[in-house]
Amino acid sequence: MGKPFSHSFIVEGRNFVQAGTASTKIKTMLKELGIDGGVVRRVAIATYEAEMNIVMYANSGTVVLEVTPEVVRLNVNDRGPGISDIDLAMQEGYSTATPEMREMGFGAGMGLPNIKKNADDLRIKSTVGEGTNLEITFRIN
Amino acid sequence: MRLSEIRDLLACEVFSAEDQLNREAKHGCASDLMSDVLAFSRAGAVLLTGLVNVHTVQTAYIAEINCIVFVRGKRPDESVIAVAKEKKISLLGSSYSMYEACGILYQHGLTSTMQCALNHTSPKRA
Repeated sequence: MGKPFSHSFIVEGRNFVQAGTASTKIKTMLKELGIDGGVVRRVAIATYEAEMNIVMYANSGTVVLEVTPEVVRLNVNDRGPGISDIDLAMQEGYSTATPEMREMGFGAGMGLPNIKKNADDLRIKSTVGEGTNLEITFRIN
Repeated sequence: MRLSEIRDLLACEVFSAEDQLNREAKHGCASDLMSDVLAFSRAGAVLLTGLVNVHTVQTAYIAEINCIVFVRGKRPDESVIAVAKEKKISLLGSSYSMYEACGILYQHGLTSTMQCALNHTSPKRA
């Protein structure tokens, strides 16, 4: 791909009907840009986990996708409860999900660890009572 | 294993993408937890699940799973089928239990896609 590409998506908290829309659009966009299939799958999984976290826990959020010839970068920002202990939230299996979330197949405590597993770099900033910001980077080559 | 063979082995009803059953499933995975499917599956798997909602189809699309078998006689509603048609994901329905369906496919050579650490610890809850 040539010129840098950027697109932003709004994600509504608690809107389970629309959940996954941003991720599926991002996946389609990356495929159309001709990004390697393995990278597309890693980005799609990380985006979907991040989007579901906004839907499940936050009031609202945005996902900004940036693509350069070297990297795919996601900036995920939400207004919500924030994360009080990031190290604990990064442990597989740790979850504060409600029974409703679990009935839909989510909330197993795999979200943030799975984002980290699929990304080349993950930076998390969070303020309790305000929200959380994730900067997720994937190298294309 | 071809998806058409999975349909036959599990006596499935086909809800979507019937014309795509000549595709191959490279591995199998089974879970009602989409979080685990996202974390442990590989591209090209077939997913066996009892979870019949649109998030199952979205998860399959994201994880590059092109066939879902709903077990225990579960049936997707029209909105779920519509999304699957759009994404060209074959939705099948079987009366077998999850355990039986997995056993039949495994016995016929379809191995597991799940890449789980052997020392995985028990989940903690907040």
